[in-house]
Amino acid sequence: MTDATLTTPLAADTTQPTRRKPRRTPGMVENTPWLNIATHAILIMGLLFLLGPMYLVFAASTQTVQEVNAIPPNLGISDQFWVNMHEAWFTRDFQTKFINSFIVAMGVVVGKIVIACITAFGIVFFDHRLRMPIFWCVFITLMLPLEVRIVPTYAVAANALSPFQTLLNWTGITWLLDTIASVEVNLEWNMLNSYTGLILPLIATATGTFLYRQFFLTIPDELVEAAKMDGAGPLRFLKDILVPLSATNMAALATIMFVSGWNQFLWPLLIITDPSYEVVAVELRSLVPNVNTTGGGIPKWNVAMAASLLVMVPPILVVVAMQRWFVRGLISTDK
Amino acid sequence: MRRAYFKNNWIAALMVAPQLLIIFVFFYWPTSQAVFWSLTFEQPWGGGNEWAGLHHFRELLTDDLYWQSVRVSFVYAAGTTIIGMGLALILALFVDRQLRGYRQYRVGMIWPYAVAAPAIGLAFRYIFNPDAGIMNYVNQVWDGIWDPILTGWHAMAMIIFAGAWKNIAYNFIFFLAGLQSIPRALVEASAMDGAGVLRRMRDIQLPLLTPTFFFILVINITDSFTDSFGIVDTMTNGGPARATNLMVYKIYVDGFEGQNYSSAAAQSVILMVLVILLTFVQFRYIERRVHYT
Repeated sequence: MTDATLTTPLAADTTQPTRRKPRRTPGMVENTPWLNIATHAILIMGLLFLLGPMYLVFAASTQTVQEVNAIPPNLGISDQFWVNMHEAWFTRDFQTKFINSFIVAMGVVVGKIVIACITAFGIVFFDHRLRMPIFWCVFITLMLPLEVRIVPTYAVAANALSPFQTLLNWTGITWLLDTIASVEVNLEWNMLNSYTGLILPLIATATGTFLYRQFFLTIPDELVEAAKMDGAGPLRFLKDILVPLSATNMAALATIMFVSGWNQFLWPLLIITDPSYEVVAVELRSLVPNVNTTGGGIPKWNVAMAASLLVMVPPILVVVAMQRWFVRGLISTDK
Repeated sequence: MRRAYFKNNWIAALMVAPQLLIIFVFFYWPTSQAVFWSLTFEQPWGGGNEWAGLHHFRELLTDDLYWQSVRVSFVYAAGTTIIGMGLALILALFVDRQLRGYRQYRVGMIWPYAVAAPAIGLAFRYIFNPDAGIMNYVNQVWDGIWDPILTGWHAMAMIIFAGAWKNIAYNFIFFLAGLQSIPRALVEASAMDGAGVLRRMRDIQLPLLTPTFFFILVINITDSFTDSFGIVDTMTNGGPARATNLMVYKIYVDGFEGQNYSSAAAQSVILMVLVILLTFVQFRYIERRVHYT
């Protein structure tokens, strides 16, 4: 971790390589025993607030359907965990959905990193008049999340080439080709029920580009000049110098994108109707054991909770494992 | 500003082309389509569209159901923002004292960031279910005091709780980073002047945290308008009696279940304007952001 990767003053302090200093310098040296007890009490209450619900979910996932609906409630751990996991995994075909979620999450990670990296490279290291307009074009996309433009985005996913078709129709090129060469232009690319459809619209934002631009701006001019003097062209510079230098950046972006890709809900819900492309997050929707829909049957909360644990665990593992990089990345992207 | 550049602009064009193409197809085109559709009578699945002017907007703004949806969206936004930010701020202030177990506390507060909104929704739907789990017990003691399935404000309280829970980790990360970027010298100086821990929080740390605070405030409000779909969909489906029919959920219901594309587009445009306004407010505060170092 070099100082060059520190992008904002805010980011700087969370990234102190804590590992090298096994103990951080303690807070203030002062004797406040009562306040310390109160601090621990507040923090433990906070942890209970955050972990408590997860305990209840876990406890429910270990119980039988009778236990989970028992009166008075049984909040203890029982022994049906693997049974419930087994039922959730097989009756819901979680294997296919896990693979799909993984493909989508990794697709978003890789796609976003590659696109963000090369776009930022094109904006920062070349001197052309369009660099600021292009930057703003990309930057504006930060403003409107997918959810607020969901209806027309869906229409685009049904035919990703429709924007071009419409433009050709407007400009009269369709008509021209039709009259002159009698070629009928009919562009179509249906992205519903495909990995491309799941992944591409999620890449169409500026989060990563912005993070990479911030980082590239900290690369000293001397490095560029030295590379040029040694005869390296732009692509060589990107491959041999920028990419290795941006490893920590990449780790941060990868974590954020993995979580966001895995947790996508509304978009896959809309565009996927074929079960072989369904993802785990959407499956949770049909696991809701509504008393009104079970037709008087006992709601299987135990299986529903086992399934939601299955969905939660992978991104939690990623975030905890990548904590150091992820926190820094999060703080510098959302600026 | 940079002085050393590469000369080959063709390569630059190739580098930015993929992203420009993707954002044109999936961002600029749909966004402009939303505006266009909101001004026409759009047929589901193509066909001629007739100019409608501001018809859809007029219809929305005179529709009680729409205003009801706006109202509950603001209640949800206020509720999740106040609870989510308040708790995160308190936790960050005390974690920042860096007592024993500092790092364990920090991981304990960060991990919920990774949990998917529908998973949170499903979990809290179980926890707050009147017929199962702990709320069942509460209902046994006080006969039927809690029923989010039939009582509107119970359902609202439930989704606010889930939404706030979802945001705490994110807010915490930013508050803690903000606190740690306050120069230690300032805090130490005030300690030497005899200010105790709580006094320093009130007079040094909180005032210096204001920029982070405003940034988080806007992000939370925007987020509660746009990113609430997963929670509403798994917890209440907008009910009971539309008590939790948030704007983003109503767009989905009207557009995809009701096939009323024009109205959904008009609602999207209104939501966009709202989000853009919030973003401008945010930029103002980011511009003013104090740099301490």
